[in-house]
Amino acid sequence: MKALRKLLDKIKPAFEKGGKLSMFHSVFDGFETFLFVPNRTSQSGTHIHDSIDSKRAMFVVVIALIPALLFGMFNVGYQHYLAIGQAAGFFQTFFWGALAVLPYIVVSYVVGLGIEFTIAQFRGEEIHEGFLVTGMLIPLIIPINTPLWMVALATAFAVIFVKEIFGGTGYNIFNVALMARAFLFFAYPSKMSGDSVWVSLKDYFGFGQEQATIDVYTGATPLGQAAIAGGDNLVLTGITGEPLSWWDTFLGLIPGSIGETSVLAILLGGILLIYTGIASWKIILSVFAGGAFMAILLNIFAVNPYMEMPFWEHWCLGGFAFGAFFMATDPVTASRTEKGKWIYGFLIGLLAILYRVLNPAYPEGMMLAILFMNIFAKFIDYLVVQNNIKKRLKRARIAQ
Amino acid sequence: MTDVIKIKKGLDISLKGGAFPEVQSASYTENYALCPTDFHGLIPRVLVKEGEQVLAGTPLVADKNKPEILFVSPLSGVVSAVKRGEKRRLLAIEIRADQKNAALSYPVRNPLDMDGVKVKEALLEAGLWPYIKRRPYDVIANPRVEPKAIFISAFDTAPLAPDYAFILKGQGHDFQTGLNALTKLTKGKVHLSIPAGSGSGELKNAQNVEIHRFEGPHPAGNVGVQINHIDPINKGETVWTVNALDVLFIGRFFNKGRVDFSRLVALTGPEVYEPRYYRCVAGIQLSALLKGNVHKEIPLRYISGNALTGTRVEMDDYLGAYDSQVTVLHEGTDVHEFAGWVMPRLNMFSMSKTYFTGLVQKICPRKQFDADTRILGGERALIMSGEYEKVFPMDILPEKLVRACITRDLEKMEELGIYEVAPEDFALCEYVCTSKVEVQKQVRTALDLLKAENGEE
Repeated sequence: MKALRKLLDKIKPAFEKGGKLSMFHSVFDGFETFLFVPNRTSQSGTHIHDSIDSKRAMFVVVIALIPALLFGMFNVGYQHYLAIGQAAGFFQTFFWGALAVLPYIVVSYVVGLGIEFTIAQFRGEEIHEGFLVTGMLIPLIIPINTPLWMVALATAFAVIFVKEIFGGTGYNIFNVALMARAFLFFAYPSKMSGDSVWVSLKDYFGFGQEQATIDVYTGATPLGQAAIAGGDNLVLTGITGEPLSWWDTFLGLIPGSIGETSVLAILLGGILLIYTGIASWKIILSVFAGGAFMAILLNIFAVNPYMEMPFWEHWCLGGFAFGAFFMATDPVTASRTEKGKWIYGFLIGLLAILYRVLNPAYPEGMMLAILFMNIFAKFIDYLVVQNNIKKRLKRARIAQ
Repeated sequence: MTDVIKIKKGLDISLKGGAFPEVQSASYTENYALCPTDFHGLIPRVLVKEGEQVLAGTPLVADKNKPEILFVSPLSGVVSAVKRGEKRRLLAIEIRADQKNAALSYPVRNPLDMDGVKVKEALLEAGLWPYIKRRPYDVIANPRVEPKAIFISAFDTAPLAPDYAFILKGQGHDFQTGLNALTKLTKGKVHLSIPAGSGSGELKNAQNVEIHRFEGPHPAGNVGVQINHIDPINKGETVWTVNALDVLFIGRFFNKGRVDFSRLVALTGPEVYEPRYYRCVAGIQLSALLKGNVHKEIPLRYISGNALTGTRVEMDDYLGAYDSQVTVLHEGTDVHEFAGWVMPRLNMFSMSKTYFTGLVQKICPRKQFDADTRILGGERALIMSGEYEKVFPMDILPEKLVRACITRDLEKMEELGIYEVAPEDFALCEYVCTSKVEVQKQVRTALDLLKAENGEE
């Protein structure tokens, strides 16, 4: 470590103002603070500070995403071998899935961090850590067949137009990763829904193949099937045509966006988020409550089988759980008041199920529900603040 | 006797170096000073010249805007220097003390037999007025405005804070006389907040005041929190606050007929060899307490006050006027911690459960932590929400108020309750802030702005 520190100290002057490489100051600073905790000491206010910083907070979210990521990799491989009708061992399945998923992660990070570094240098600021999480979220919420260039484009769009033009991390109104997905959803709808985008058929170095071979083959997600299903029977199936149980949807070996399918894996990460307090448990709980409330309401007035779907099935389908744990809880775009968080989460859950069931154009309602509530988060906060102000005014009036 | 008021939100930061309950005299020094910079917002007018003889109680400085507020010499001697800084800003009036300890003499009086105006005049004349502060604005009280009530906090919950009950022991008479004097200054109540379960007779048996018992983590001992729970300040109202240890000065003045600024000061912090209490006089040069008693081989930060709200000083600076504590920390400029943000950091304190502080404390409840003055992260826009709320036990939305302060939105600040708070109330918010925002500085700037805007002196 000492040698590394010495090396940094030696090259540091070149990156400082007036140095030869001062145009890369932010990048150098980013790497330096990544490696060593800055030894800048407090000059005003409290003399001691809590050990937590934004790097730690973001790091915890990335760790929390890892179960969903690993499961996603496995599931991508699993769906592939299911579709081509080959038996494959655990490691082969995972390996194939990892090969398929890794490029998305690389593209998302390279494009996003590249833009972040450039803008930070342009503004003369430190590099903000927000994209560490966003860069991991984007690959997890897209279908496996999304072309890489689209991911690059969507990432660039989201980082520049959703975050940076508002001032950077901490100032954005919309969830950056979700806006990347929304961009893809509206710009390239054919690549974001339907029944051919969820199962990857590719040949990586001789692993896997490009043709589906099984007889009954539908690549649609359960929600996609539900949205187009008419008649009195709603039987959700996996890609081989086998009906899916609730347990299947909970474990997540079903077609869907890369990281969203397994509620179990999401829950593992979610427990870490709740335990560490990085995500608000109030939002998570109220999203599920809101979803259950709407589902029950729909059950009561049900006129078709989809409306009769019980809430615990809704919870495990599509991006509901992933959105509840990782998207709705983004502290920047969520409600920031404690009372507001309850309302914010509840309405997300409620709207997600409403969109999902009653609007066949959008098989998945979670993305739109969260983005919609991002707009209203500030309004909810406003109401909570006004309530506090009114209380204070009332107290003053009584005192007089 | 009222019910115990339980404070739930807050944080006790456990640090190494709490003061043992034993008292030693500070080593002899002849260097003392009155530092006008200790009194926020004061525009001083110097009343003495270099070389002039002064007694304990001789006025050295007056408030330019309210000349009746005097600041006096803590003991007798010669004015050795009038120190000025940039733009001739008055930094200190240094006194070379003689050993005579002579003082201006006043009649011994019982404040209960006096009327309020006389008590006020006596306090102003004796230079004790600056120990009475006011909210809003957290500055020296304006003697021309009568307060709705007076609040006294008789305990300190800040990190390594001195034990007030220990310091007050045996001084019950002076303490009670001081309280009696304060009751004469308001038509409202005088509220004394004491820790629940305190066995201190001096506190429990205080007369003529309303006693409130508080329980809970820091900032339960902050007078601002106590006001908010007892009788919150509304717009247009003024309350005064006095530190219980400064009440002693007032009491002694009436009992003895002279000023007596002797204090017990807790010398605390991880870098102090023998943290304990020192007997000394207000305005003492800190080297008298510190020399030979701190780890010298590493860069150190000396703080007059506690680690959250204290003032940064050097060894040859002077004890702050309101302070009964000195903290010494490792400065930390020499530390290059590798990838601290992924490390377990078992020996560092954090409120966040992304570290294992809570677990460590559960396993060894007496565990005390190291701390240095590094900021431990980069400054960012406010990202995490709900952090401030966890350590801010008032009926105020702290983050919204801080945002209003940052954007200098006067109207919003007023609506959100700025008049009830002092920068010290936000010290914990600043401590726990993931984005490392300088919260206290923002609140102080906002209060100054508001005070100027409202045309208050």
